[in-house]
Amino acid sequence: MTGSIPPQETVERALALSKADGCVVIATERTEANLRWANNTLTTNGEMRSRQLAVISMVNGATGTAAAVLERSAVDPDDLETLVRAAEQAARDAGPADDAMPLVEPGTDHPGAAAWGEPAAETSIEIFDRFAGQLGEAFGRAGAADRLLFGFAEHVVESTYLGSSTGLRLRHDQPTGRLELNAKSPDFARSVWSGQGSHDFSDVDVLAADADLATRLRWEERRTDLAPGRYETILPPTAVADLMTYIYWSAIGRDADEGRTVFSKKGGGSRLGERLTEVPITLRSDPSAAGLAAAPFVHTTWAHPAFSLFDNGQPTQPVEWISGGVLNNLLKSRAWATQTDARPTMFVDNLLMESPDGAGSLEDLVARTERGLLLTCLWYIRTVDPQTMLLTGLTRDGVYLVENGEVTTAVNNFRFNESPVGMLSRIAEVGAPERTLPRELSDYFNRTSMPALRVSDFNMSTVSKGV
Amino acid sequence: MPDIDPAFLALPMRPLAEAALSRARELGAEHADFRLERIRSHDLSLRDAKLERSHDGEDVGFAVRVVHEGTWGFASAVDLTVDEAVRVAERAVAVAKISAPVNSERIELAEEPVYGDVTWVSAYEVNPFEVPDADKIALLADFSERLLAADGVDHADASLRSYCENKFYADTAGTMTTQQRIRLQAQLEATAVDAAQGQFETMRTCAPPVGRGWEFVTGKTWDWDAELAQMPEWLAQKMKAQSVKAGRYDLVIDPTNLWLTIHESIGHATELDRALGYEAAYAGTSFATFDKLNTLRYGSPQLNVVGDRTTPYGLATIGYDDEGVQTQSWDIVRDGTLVGYQTDRRMARMKGLGRSNGCAFADSPGHIPLQRMANVSVQPAPDGPSTADLIAGVEHGIYVVGDNSWSIDMQRYNFQFTAQRFFEIRAGKLVGQLRDVAYQATTTDFWGSLEQAGGPQTFHLGGAFNCGKAQPGQVAAVSHGAPATLFRGINILNTREEGGE
Repeated sequence: MTGSIPPQETVERALALSKADGCVVIATERTEANLRWANNTLTTNGEMRSRQLAVISMVNGATGTAAAVLERSAVDPDDLETLVRAAEQAARDAGPADDAMPLVEPGTDHPGAAAWGEPAAETSIEIFDRFAGQLGEAFGRAGAADRLLFGFAEHVVESTYLGSSTGLRLRHDQPTGRLELNAKSPDFARSVWSGQGSHDFSDVDVLAADADLATRLRWEERRTDLAPGRYETILPPTAVADLMTYIYWSAIGRDADEGRTVFSKKGGGSRLGERLTEVPITLRSDPSAAGLAAAPFVHTTWAHPAFSLFDNGQPTQPVEWISGGVLNNLLKSRAWATQTDARPTMFVDNLLMESPDGAGSLEDLVARTERGLLLTCLWYIRTVDPQTMLLTGLTRDGVYLVENGEVTTAVNNFRFNESPVGMLSRIAEVGAPERTLPRELSDYFNRTSMPALRVSDFNMSTVSKGV
Repeated sequence: MPDIDPAFLALPMRPLAEAALSRARELGAEHADFRLERIRSHDLSLRDAKLERSHDGEDVGFAVRVVHEGTWGFASAVDLTVDEAVRVAERAVAVAKISAPVNSERIELAEEPVYGDVTWVSAYEVNPFEVPDADKIALLADFSERLLAADGVDHADASLRSYCENKFYADTAGTMTTQQRIRLQAQLEATAVDAAQGQFETMRTCAPPVGRGWEFVTGKTWDWDAELAQMPEWLAQKMKAQSVKAGRYDLVIDPTNLWLTIHESIGHATELDRALGYEAAYAGTSFATFDKLNTLRYGSPQLNVVGDRTTPYGLATIGYDDEGVQTQSWDIVRDGTLVGYQTDRRMARMKGLGRSNGCAFADSPGHIPLQRMANVSVQPAPDGPSTADLIAGVEHGIYVVGDNSWSIDMQRYNFQFTAQRFFEIRAGKLVGQLRDVAYQATTTDFWGSLEQAGGPQTFHLGGAFNCGKAQPGQVAAVSHGAPATLFRGINILNTREEGGE
């Protein structure tokens, strides 16, 4: 088993075995611990340890360079050669790749190079020692106050070791944690939610989260039915994070250039340089963002228009997708950038939004609202029309009517139909950014910092009887 | 029946199981199970007939789940040694101990016969993992080229995903199962771009993911030649189709679309863990709460729904579930009334339902089994009409074909779906496509408006590989069958108007 030799050694041995024209080897060590609960009691739990080894072979042919990936858990050192040969055969079968480029060469102070020799970072169920005690206390408080708690706490640590035939030896540790807490009345008629991302759970206070939900659950005691329609709507940071992440994930340069996305321009080409909103918002990613640090180099085993296997090891950079309201960058592999005479722009595993005039908390936005809806979060978001990026989805766990700066009543949930791109031009007010957890997408995307937004004419299309 | 892959059988599952289960017993676990899995995956994708992705994956590992003093404990790892199996059993008990203070429901499991040492293999002819990559890529390139050669097709995207799932399970009661399943999905999508107008549209194949082998792509079960030949014309019609007028329409929904509506509004809504609140913070709960069993009017008397983990070629079909329960078939909705749920052993015991109906499933060796969906299918009407007869009975309506976008709320009331093709029906005849269409309804209203289910000749098994549930997130593959079906007076939205245009 590779467990008997360190991941760095596995990478070195696989690279030494390679007879391909190029080779990238990525070893990942992953540990995770989690607790899940419902109705004020534990439902599932676990401590998991896993390991992946990916061999990416590049083979030159008469018409270009081909690439293929073989990825395995728990590879025995004696089986490494079989794996490397199989990856080479798969590359020979693959035919030339559109995104072929010379592999990334090591640079001076290459990000991730310094820590190569360190052992893998780990987590364990003991990370919840303090948290589990607090959670038990929260169950006690909730039970005494006729409140049911549901939720999930998770901590994952992944150490990635990337080596290449060009001499790259890079390593990155990525801790990812989250708490999701949901409180309901015993008849399930009232429901509220909060979520939080965390590096190490030291900043997670489940008793404070429960106290906040208790307040919101009281807001739900007065309830009024409201008809569908276009409403001025206050989106909290979590809802903004989900919508902006849809924009980010769809910002693929090649697709836009080919006329296949909302970022394609009428007449051909992309909408780069086009003003999307008069509000001077910036949407950006930064691998070194404080508290949201993400991998400083590309590591991918899954070829995609935005993630090329040939870009493995390329340093990630701070990048502004939207600058001052103008579409400023799209995701571009080195190959597509070369073909279109543009600058390569790598995916970074975080997203931040802010506006120079953005100020104030969610409560401040509420206080400055004459009449509008205040949402808790969004759910089950799907693309209806990619041409306009029209999305549909639901409001969930609390919609409130704000009148003259105060929450006056809870109202029913809605199904919305909205384009987050179109919505940018209807932003009426921007709050101060804060770290937030995108409710819908947090399984895949954890590190976001977003402001609350007040948006005019948000399309609440139909009523949902769900709570 | 094909044989189980000898490479899987060569893994040391039996000594590891014995070591782990004995250690768990020594540490006082009242129940323990051991599951060792190997999941092979192969993904190919082509963009404009050129290979974009070739990814060959394999996930091997094992898990120990215990009930210790009435609390669950779970741990998993990947190193296949006896020492590691013992360590993982110890960690599972440690997890149970750290969790005990936050557990207030004593875990007990429904009784299940002990099956001894049994084997099950799914029905397939050609294992896709024995087909050379070059053959698969050549076939996808040929399919892509056929689309690209047609007028009006600017891009073609092709993908092929294959899985071979091997599960070994052993528990302290004495059941020991060894199983193998193959599943596969091939998909082609054509895109038309009118750059001058800034418009694009897509048309995707309706070929479903199946519990079959490579023979599904090369054989006659699905008519690939006909579908690929027709797609460019359908796409061209869609590009120039009239925008729909929002309002109420009668719908004839083809099973290539209806399977997904069944999945979202019946499949998930009748999962007992959702009805009891165990998914409340994530996937959600269900309007079909347990107190409504045998009384809830789910739909019209023409609605009959079966849950089945034995459906031939079904994606949720298997011999034994991940708790050692032999799989079954049972009624969920009979003559329009809710009569059953999907269960696992813990919930079946808690609600006094007798045996579990065998819906426990974990998507990987590192994940805990949960109640996951059976193949949930709407039954055709014996001697029911053909699709053409259903369309003939509509004065002004829409014939809905192929799934596309989907969304439903957290109690499974309000849903909204789109499709690959919406054909307008006038005086019982199809008169061309409509665009910008979405159908939206509340679950019980929708199924209540079901006027006529088509006959067995219209029945089709659709499905998906990517059904998501639970935290940490797990994916499951599941099939849903349906006949062509007539619904009266369904709300149709115009998606351009919805977007403010």
